[in-house]
Amino acid sequence: MSNSKYKLAQGNEACIEGAIAAGMRFFAGYPITPSTELAELSAKNLPKVGGKFLQMEDELASMAAVIGGSCAGLKSMTATSGPGFSLMQENLGYACLAEIPCVIVNVQRGGPSTGLPTSPSQGDVMQAKWGTHGDHPAIALTPGSVQETYEFIGTAFNLAEKYRTPVVYLMDETIGHMREKLMVKDPSEIEQLHRVKPTCEPKEFVQYDDKFMDEKTMVHPLPAFGTGYRIHITGLTHDKTGFPTNDNEVSGKLVERLCDKVEKNIDDFSYYEEYKLEDAEEAVIAFGGVSRSAKQAVIELRNEGKKVGMFRPITIWPLLEKQIIDLAKKVKRIYVAEMNLGQYFYEVQRVASNYCEVVLISKVTGELITPNEIKQRVNGGK
Amino acid sequence: MMNNCSDLTQKYYRDGKLPHIWCPGCGHGILLNALVRAIDNLGLDKDNVCVVSGIGCSSRATGYIDFNTLHTTHGRAIAYATGVKHANPDMTVIVVTGDGDCSAIGGNHLIHACRRNIDITTICFNNNIYGMTGGQFSPTTPTGDFATTAPHGNVDRTFDLCSLAQGAGATYVGRATAYHATQLTTLIENGIKNKGFSFIEGISVCPTNYGRKNKKGDSVKMLTYLKDNCIDKKIADKKPELVENKIIIGELYNNPSPEYTECYKTIIDKFQD
Repeated sequence: MSNSKYKLAQGNEACIEGAIAAGMRFFAGYPITPSTELAELSAKNLPKVGGKFLQMEDELASMAAVIGGSCAGLKSMTATSGPGFSLMQENLGYACLAEIPCVIVNVQRGGPSTGLPTSPSQGDVMQAKWGTHGDHPAIALTPGSVQETYEFIGTAFNLAEKYRTPVVYLMDETIGHMREKLMVKDPSEIEQLHRVKPTCEPKEFVQYDDKFMDEKTMVHPLPAFGTGYRIHITGLTHDKTGFPTNDNEVSGKLVERLCDKVEKNIDDFSYYEEYKLEDAEEAVIAFGGVSRSAKQAVIELRNEGKKVGMFRPITIWPLLEKQIIDLAKKVKRIYVAEMNLGQYFYEVQRVASNYCEVVLISKVTGELITPNEIKQRVNGGK
Repeated sequence: MMNNCSDLTQKYYRDGKLPHIWCPGCGHGILLNALVRAIDNLGLDKDNVCVVSGIGCSSRATGYIDFNTLHTTHGRAIAYATGVKHANPDMTVIVVTGDGDCSAIGGNHLIHACRRNIDITTICFNNNIYGMTGGQFSPTTPTGDFATTAPHGNVDRTFDLCSLAQGAGATYVGRATAYHATQLTTLIENGIKNKGFSFIEGISVCPTNYGRKNKKGDSVKMLTYLKDNCIDKKIADKKPELVENKIIIGELYNNPSPEYTECYKTIIDKFQD
């Protein structure tokens, strides 16, 4: 019998409950609106399960400490908002190259710079992919409800562990501060994946030797510090031993493998929702908080007799190209509704514009796009 | 305890990772050897030691030594180390950093680790210059000295890192030089034994990028300068008239205080049955 319990919860609260249920035992962060509750609830609840909280001096340090915590073997996470996410990019890049599993939650707020601290936005979509320098992998998930925030933060941890990579959990203020019914699952019902650890003798272990690599995930085992393996972890380009190299061929292969392990395994984590798309002639693509308005708009447009549906990506990076192309082949027009000036829209346009018209519904006032605004555009208004 | 240098090398340095990249005459090898000697004297288990470094000449040290090693981003070594230590308080965590790494870009992390009094021993290999990038001035380059970014003489004031660490709350602070290697070993040992944040400044010599530009002579001459211009804290305290223009070395501060991970553990323990 299920021991699940129901409660009224905020998105940010659901995020921490889900993270702890998924095995998060280390959180380092710096308070920033609208993600503050994530730090507060980590501080409150982690020690109860033997976990560790750290309030660091800034976001650079937070991300650094998260990587340190992960190297020591704990499932580690930080949370921030736009300005803090910018500061984390340096060490996020390190985690990409050194392949350190961790989760970074970004509860997006409005504007560039310090912008609109208490207002919703989806302005960090591109930053979640291209925020740090160089070519690197990006996995980002974007939940659309309080329940989903709880569910998919666990998925974020599992993907981080499985693919040895940072995973960005791209929330927005609407979802973070919204209160809804939350079903808290019994721990036995929550799947937890753990990074692969070496099983050979420490002397025989070569960190990035192909013979230890999982062919499917393209990932090597990662021992925790203190378990006898005494590995060297570096942000420098490294060869199979884990030590720095300037070898051109090795450098190229490393970066390609890092990107391939994510891009080529996208089918393993293509999460999305399709709503009334079976007979749709037009589709609205929306994610996060905006998807709530989009769904309402679709319901109302259907009542008016229009064949409209919604496609909601949960996996926002890598781009769900296959699904979007399939959709584009089916409908005559796709609207992309997002609280930015077209960050996801341009990606959809890139893959879909050969097959259908792609229209942007954008709003950057620090307010949620309303169902009416979507309806008006679908009905031919400006 | 090993006295023979090659035995130490065999036991603690990684197979095939030598020779190091440091320039001929650089003091960093002496400082690294002092660290390894300190670890050997304390009889620490290699599996239980984690050495973390940032970016710069000093920070390449982690590649050579056979512990759990983490070579991180510029200035962030102490923040990474804080994560490692908090996640696994049973581990001996040591940071090897440079003057620019820990006091310019990483200055904020240094002062807050001192304040937190987390049990990390930070050893700053201070060569008074940005060596790896080719000789730009650092926060410890003496005022008036030359560097590639101070071609007309450095107008910046010089940082006293030990005073900084002590002021920020480090509970053990010491300074020695590449000339005073035995003393440095003892200071590092004491720093590791201190349950809290220890800051050890190891003054190095950089004949290539600092010495040459400032006509300090070769490595031997620079080491001789350190020999002649340092004064031990114990003597300095008794005879303050000898202190002028001298570098004070030795144990500068030793005042144990509750340690961060132990304090945090009391919170976790409250929730245990």
